[in-house]
Amino acid sequence: MVLIQGKGVSKGVVRGPLYFFQRPNYDIPKTKVADLDAEKARVVEAREKSSAQLYVLADKCREEAGEESAVLFETHAMFCDDDDYVEAIETMLNDESCNAEYAVKEAGEQFAAMFAAMDDAYMRARSADVKDVTQRILNNLMGIAEGGIDSEEPVILCADDLAPSETLQLDKSKILGFALTAGSSNGHTAILARTMGIPAICGLGAELKETLQGRMAYLDGETGKVVLDPDNLTIQTFKDKMEKQKKFKELMAEMKGKEDVTLDGRHINVYCNIGNPDDVTAVKNNDGQGIGLFRSEFLYLAETDYPSEEKQFQAYKKVAAAMDGKRVIIRTLDIGADKQVEYFHLKKEENPAMGVRAIRICLNNPDVFRTQLRALYRASAYGKVAIMFPMITSVWEVKECKRACEKVMAELKAEGIPFNEETEIGIMIETPASIFVAPELAEEVDFFSVGTNDLTQYTLACDRQANDLGKFFDAHHPAVLRALKMAADAAHEKGKWIGICGELGADLSLLETFLAIGIDELSVSPSAVLPLRDAIRKSIAKTCTLDALKC
Amino acid sequence: MAMEFKCVIQDELGIHARPAGMLAKEAKALGDTVVSVTKGDKTVKASQLMKLMGLGVKKGDEVTVTVEGGDEAAALDAMKAFFKNNFAAEV
Repeated sequence: MVLIQGKGVSKGVVRGPLYFFQRPNYDIPKTKVADLDAEKARVVEAREKSSAQLYVLADKCREEAGEESAVLFETHAMFCDDDDYVEAIETMLNDESCNAEYAVKEAGEQFAAMFAAMDDAYMRARSADVKDVTQRILNNLMGIAEGGIDSEEPVILCADDLAPSETLQLDKSKILGFALTAGSSNGHTAILARTMGIPAICGLGAELKETLQGRMAYLDGETGKVVLDPDNLTIQTFKDKMEKQKKFKELMAEMKGKEDVTLDGRHINVYCNIGNPDDVTAVKNNDGQGIGLFRSEFLYLAETDYPSEEKQFQAYKKVAAAMDGKRVIIRTLDIGADKQVEYFHLKKEENPAMGVRAIRICLNNPDVFRTQLRALYRASAYGKVAIMFPMITSVWEVKECKRACEKVMAELKAEGIPFNEETEIGIMIETPASIFVAPELAEEVDFFSVGTNDLTQYTLACDRQANDLGKFFDAHHPAVLRALKMAADAAHEKGKWIGICGELGADLSLLETFLAIGIDELSVSPSAVLPLRDAIRKSIAKTCTLDALKC
Repeated sequence: MAMEFKCVIQDELGIHARPAGMLAKEAKALGDTVVSVTKGDKTVKASQLMKLMGLGVKKGDEVTVTVEGGDEAAALDAMKAFFKNNFAAEV
């Protein structure tokens, strides 16, 4: 058995022949040329062609791999026109009276070396970007097509590292996995592999050598192992893993596009929790039916001063529009407790979880609140936005929030700015107080959403940050589940709906209890959507029991 | 007379590929105004993408942004806004 250990950077197990990526030959001779102007013109032409190709790639990437990678190719296109890069090539041509190919290669190596020498891992990785652009220009100069996979059957693609453009241009149906001798988990190949769901390992080193071309191997992108000639035990381990993975994939493919409905016809809204606008891609990939909790904190945590209305509006609008009319519940800022932001100048508290946090900050600082509400209402014109207030304990708080909303709506109306007057308003149920006054709260709002983490912490008097509470911190505690039922009954009594957006929502062992309680919506992380859907579709709501509520 | 401002870069990755590309583009778009970025004793033009990245500006680094020629006041404002929005800089 031969085991080559690297670093797993994209999960999954595959078996297939090793195939070493063929690159065009870059052995570039230096020749003296007489007509320097002709060489310069060739460089200009090759650069222009390269940058045009890169913009096409950027468009392709936007569809296949997302915005982040697309911008990378646009940056590459700008490299082609970079003043210093162009100047370095021209200087080389003038000084050496050499051929265009040699000048481009030398200039590229200079810049790649500059990045490679930097003391920052991210910047060192940029050296690959320069090489990639340089290779592209060289290809265009020499009229060479991109390297590819010359194999009928799918392979495990081996290389030192793949340039972003190489990865993207490869025929994905021919690639089972990536095995890289170099590369890093921050590298573009790793990022693209994860986005495309192709298993990948980097840093396999010199042991993965070209003499292994064509050999059958197992690759495990989780453990970072490439194995040849495995013994029986190892084969069995890989086979089990592949079988499990296959079943999961089939199940997921089967669940996509299906309704979230129990065998006896009870519909549940399965939504997603997200923390920033980029997460929408994951929501869509996993077929989430809406967004049950969009945490707005990212806007505040990333800043050194209060984020402007415009900046917030753009972020909310982006998500609302991307979700195409599906519900997007945006929670107003939940700063304080474990999330501290300097410019809020919050006083140091002995017990911040019970201090000035979340809605309390908003009600104490009407201007901060107003800015966020304006941004939220403006975004409501672009999708089905709902607004949710966290950490509610009293009816007066909700009334005050609603007055703030009405004021903002009146302002926008006077300014002629579009918004949706029917924007739903909801509250988080996460304090015992909100449970006890739930009937009155339900009258004020359109929906409840239970934050189980905080509800557990406050109900059981267990600090969720403390690690040594062990068995005392029990999210399945009957008190927590009874609290859930009380809130649900209060909501339904008033014809309102109730969801769960805490971690408990994805806890399949409680699904039966949630169905028995009559929870209408479960908001979970995007990757938990399809397993949850599968469980819902196997359940029978009317036979579910409240046994878990017993002590 | 050139105008300048100092700021501390707060973006996790510093002036990395993507925003550096955007900065170079933005700087080129300012036409007559030459924008330069100084870190320590090294100064590069903001339009020089590779050299700009070569400065290796990281989170927590202080840089000086200088604008010279053309409508300097407007360029200064544009650059302040750009650094604030893209590098989470404290201007």
